[in-house]
Amino acid sequence: MIELHDIHRVYRLGEMDLHVLRGISLTIDRGEMVSLMGQSGSGKTTLMNTLGFLDHPTSGRYLLDGEDVTGVGPDRRAAIRSTMIGFVFQSFNLLPRTSAIEQVTMPLAYSKEGLGDREGRERAEDLLRLVGLEDRMDHLPTQLSGGQQQRVAIARALVNKPSILFADEPTGNLDSRTSVEILEMFQKLNRDEGITIVLVTHSAEIAEYGDRTIVLRDGLVESDSGRKSAAPVAADQKGARA
Amino acid sequence: MTALRTFAIATRALRRNVTRSALTILGIVIGIAAVIIMMEIGKGSSGAIRKTIESMGANNLLIMPGTASSGGVTFGAGSTLTMTAEDAAAIERECDAVVGAAPVMRVRSQVVYQERNWVPSFIYGTTPRYLDVRGWTNMADGDMFTDADVRNAGRVCVVGKTIVRELFQGLSPVGKEVRIQNVGMKVVGVLSSKGANTFGMDQDDVIIAPWTTVKYRITSSSAGANSQPANSSASTQASGTSGGTAGSKNVYPGAAGLYPVPSAQQQQNMPVTVRFANIDQIQVSARAGRSKEAIEQITAVLRERHHLRADDPNDFSIRDMSEMAAGLQSTTAMMTNLLLSVALISLVVGGVGIMNIMLVSVTERTKEIGLRMAVGARGKDILTQFLLEATVLCLAGGIIGLALGRGGGMLVKRVMKWPIEPSMEAIVASIAVSAMVGIVFGFYPAWKASRMDPIEALRYE
Repeated sequence: MIELHDIHRVYRLGEMDLHVLRGISLTIDRGEMVSLMGQSGSGKTTLMNTLGFLDHPTSGRYLLDGEDVTGVGPDRRAAIRSTMIGFVFQSFNLLPRTSAIEQVTMPLAYSKEGLGDREGRERAEDLLRLVGLEDRMDHLPTQLSGGQQQRVAIARALVNKPSILFADEPTGNLDSRTSVEILEMFQKLNRDEGITIVLVTHSAEIAEYGDRTIVLRDGLVESDSGRKSAAPVAADQKGARA
Repeated sequence: MTALRTFAIATRALRRNVTRSALTILGIVIGIAAVIIMMEIGKGSSGAIRKTIESMGANNLLIMPGTASSGGVTFGAGSTLTMTAEDAAAIERECDAVVGAAPVMRVRSQVVYQERNWVPSFIYGTTPRYLDVRGWTNMADGDMFTDADVRNAGRVCVVGKTIVRELFQGLSPVGKEVRIQNVGMKVVGVLSSKGANTFGMDQDDVIIAPWTTVKYRITSSSAGANSQPANSSASTQASGTSGGTAGSKNVYPGAAGLYPVPSAQQQQNMPVTVRFANIDQIQVSARAGRSKEAIEQITAVLRERHHLRADDPNDFSIRDMSEMAAGLQSTTAMMTNLLLSVALISLVVGGVGIMNIMLVSVTERTKEIGLRMAVGARGKDILTQFLLEATVLCLAGGIIGLALGRGGGMLVKRVMKWPIEPSMEAIVASIAVSAMVGIVFGFYPAWKASRMDPIEALRYE
């Protein structure tokens, strides 16, 4: 579903050019769970931002579902983020003084789907139930543990029914037990809902949870494990994995 | 994204920080309250001034006969003898910008009651219309004399409060008789008090009588008085014995109008050299704000009635009291505008306060903005959200300020006894202005928010 061809990203810092991505080509198929690994400064976050339409490449070609979306404007990028993409951040990024259910319904306001308030609320409740927070719906972020906050963030990322979920160090602020819970939740989402997941991390241990690991180094793909499982990529992935 | 939903987001964001929202709108609240109070006080005092001027005759026009001259000798203002009581009736009938017109005879004379005497400032001979013309609608005691009294030159009069005090020592004068130049006059009514006029003249120091009485019984100064009495004394004798008998009807057949056309018989009996009874002046009240128009209409009517040719100068002059009224009104209007501009400045200061707080709020919520963008908000959505927040804040401030201003106005009325008039346009304007302030001063912070880069915003700590 995602095809990158020779993607470059150059940041201009005063007189100096900062070449973060130096020609990345890769393909991610629907239903994959990809771990994007690399040390800090390797360009993995920039790549994720580019993939997630928060950023745009300086050069190269980006095909999304076969459509060239390399040069789309900010409004179109926002629309793509709204309909196709969900983000989970390391620092949760929940709105202060806002209940869990309102956190989850928030992205609906910007969606073209035009869901009514009641349906929106029902969908948010379903998602919170899915992440195991059915009894915390009206709690404020300060009343939730880190793991619970990250679950709210996951529910929020899913509310617009995205086909790709980007998780940037989702367990970076969590203890190891909670981390495992969260990572297993991603696996479950990938397996049961067929959502493509891109997991950005610097730890090989966490990268293990994905079924394919791409390692970046100095803005280039150093290694790509390919899919670990035997299931053929080209076939109906969802069915194959279930 | 629907407007309603944006509104919901904006109010939710404001509710998240109630204290700051309240402090933010304080400037607007004070500004709007100040505007409302200023407008109410301004309107109230200009209303009070208008009333005062009206009691002096704001819309009154004074028509004086013109200057007569003979052989190079001019005789001063009011010396032509062309203006008649019928002119007054015609003006009232034919000019639609005129409410009423009353002929006036003036005389200055001693008035005697029993052993006391007094010289009133004004002794006016006129018709009952005079009260309407001067806005002197209610009598304190008794009644105004009637048209019949004018027709008959009845020996009746009404007196002002000052006369009651000076001649009657405060006792009711109704039914008593005063003498003016040895003419006994029955007091039929007491005028309500009107106070001093602009020039400090006591307007209650007045006796009003039918103009015919003043002209034919009291004064003998006017030229018309010499020949006319034959007619009017006949009628007086008739009415003197039994007012309104067959005798007076013969004199005035079909006496519907105040000045019936003399019959052929009467015309024959009096081959007059002087054709009419001239009067000293005509007082006219024009419809509010139409005194210019009234002057034009009166000029046309009088020129027609006086048979003036196109190139003849007017044989009368019209004085306009509304000039003075307009002068006083513009003074209050200027004061009101001055106060209003001070209040408006405070509103602008309030707006700057809003802009400050909104800028702080945008910076503080950078991360939230980044997140909203990450989940699909466009720059436009962020712009509308923050703009709406500012506008909702300002509108809320405006409404609170409105309530505060109205309350303050009523307090001023109660405690300081100032005249206050609630002003609808101030209410509408202040709501509009506060929304405008919100949009104008909210725009820059909102625009700044909408231009943020989602990556930078998300990384912001």
